[in-house]
Formats: sequence, C-alpha cells, structure tokens
Amino acid sequence: MAGSIEALAGGALIGTAAAGLLLVNGRIAGISGILARAVRPGAAPWQWAFVGGLIAAGLAGRLSGIAAPPAFALTPMPTLIAAGLIVGIGTRIGSGCTSGHGVCGLANLSPRSAVATLVFMTVAAAAVFVTRHL
Amino acid sequence: MRSLAAGIFGFVFGLGLIVAGMTDPARVLAFLAVADIWTGAWDPTLAFVMIGAITVAAPAFAIARRKTVAVLGDPIALPDRRPIDVRLLGGAALFGLGWGLAGVCPGPALVLVGNDGLSALLFVASLLAGGWIADVLLAVLRRFRTGVHHAA
Repeated sequence: MAGSIEALAGGALIGTAAAGLLLVNGRIAGISGILARAVRPGAAPWQWAFVGGLIAAGLAGRLSGIAAPPAFALTPMPTLIAAGLIVGIGTRIGSGCTSGHGVCGLANLSPRSAVATLVFMTVAAAAVFVTRHL
Repeated sequence: MRSLAAGIFGFVFGLGLIVAGMTDPARVLAFLAVADIWTGAWDPTLAFVMIGAITVAAPAFAIARRKTVAVLGDPIALPDRRPIDVRLLGGAALFGLGWGLAGVCPGPALVLVGNDGLSALLFVASLLAGGWIADVLLAVLRRFRTGVHHAA
C-alpha cells in the first residue's frame, strides 16, 4: 500500500518523541493537555517549548518544501470553527486526544485509554460516514 | 534543559506527524471512511502510524512503570489507567465527532499552524475556546451536583 512505510516511520518518530518526553522529562505527550496547560496562568516553560517544537516542525516542513498538502483548503470556515470547539470540549472532558489516549495510553496498556480510543475512532468514522453518505 | 528537551521532542513528534501523513486532513478522512471498504477505496495506511508509535513507546512506558524519577530529575507521573466513566465516554465521543468533521486532531493542528497558517490558527483558537467552555460546564455541573446533595 502506498504510504505504509512512511506511516510506519512517522509513527516510529512519534513513538520516539513520546518515549523521550516520558523518560527524560517524566511527562506524558498528550498534546491537548499540554496545550491547555501552556495557555493557563502558571504554565511551565517546557509546555511552551513542546508546543513550539510542534509548530516549528510545521514551519520546517514548509521551508524545506516537503510541506503537507494545503490542509484546510477544503474545509469551510464554519465547519472548522465548529469542529475546533467540539474537539476542545471533548478532549477536555475526556482528558485526552489521539496522542494522550491513542499513543501514550495504549502504549501504557491502559484500559481507560483503550476504551477512549475505541470510542473516538468509532464516532469519527461514523461522522465521516454521515457527512459523506447521508 | 527541560525546555530544550521538550522542544526537541515536540519537533520530532511534529516531524513524525508530517512524515506519517497525519497533517493531511484528506488522508485522515480517507482513513476514517471505513465504509469505503465495500468499494475498495478505503485507505487503511494510517493504522500503521499507531502501530509504529505504540511499538516504540510501549517499552518506554514499561520502564517508566518501574521508575519514579525521570532523567532530568522530575517525578514520572503516569495517569490513572482505570476509571472508565460517563465523562470519559462522552468526552471521547465528542472528540471523535470533531475529528471526523475536520480531519485534524490537536497535534496536527499545531503543526499546521507553522505550515498552513491562518486557518489552522483559527482551528486552534476554537479548540482552546472549546476547552474553556468545557471548564465552565464542568464547574456548573459540579456545583449543581453538590446542590442536589444538599437538598437531599
């Protein structure tokens, strides 16, 4: 399948970063949580540094010409805002997103994260089905 | 030192998301369109992202479960693995809905701020606003609950 090797390699990089943040900094690479704490009063510098690193990676991709395809070009602005709001509410209430529950939680053999991952993958697939077929 | 390490790990995480294809909403939505399995158009490749990430991260978590202090001296605090409650289920369901609508989750959204600019920033701003709304809702709910207990 086209893109399988890239997906596996990219995944390995993600896993390396999550392993590094855990063993070196003692922190979970849960991006929704880190971002939420970074913008609150009393945020730790490492939280800003991690968020900055993610943004810098996007910038580096853009500068080196291997940028991702025009990402949101197809998404209408109201959908973008609504989706952002819902993701923000959901990740706060459910204490995690794809990185926190999907990568770190599953790697930590957490039943709680396994259930969360199953639920958000199923609902996401259902949402795509509804928007595409109904 | 802590910030330098965290910055590097954020950068590597972001590169991984780009290499894997996770920052392309079209790819993510094609992966989530599981129903396309019937037409042969389903693109399952993004499943390899999770396989790759978990394979590498799992040994680190196995080590972390036996250690209490990280390399830079901070305590290793692993999240609770047990409580599976309504809050977790509802939150995960809402997150899935938003993810399925736009094809981006928080990590790729931040990478796209550096890559794609304004629309990604708009998404991240909405995401933060959503988090704030959830905080207010949770606080109101908590007050309501304790109120009920007092009445009873």
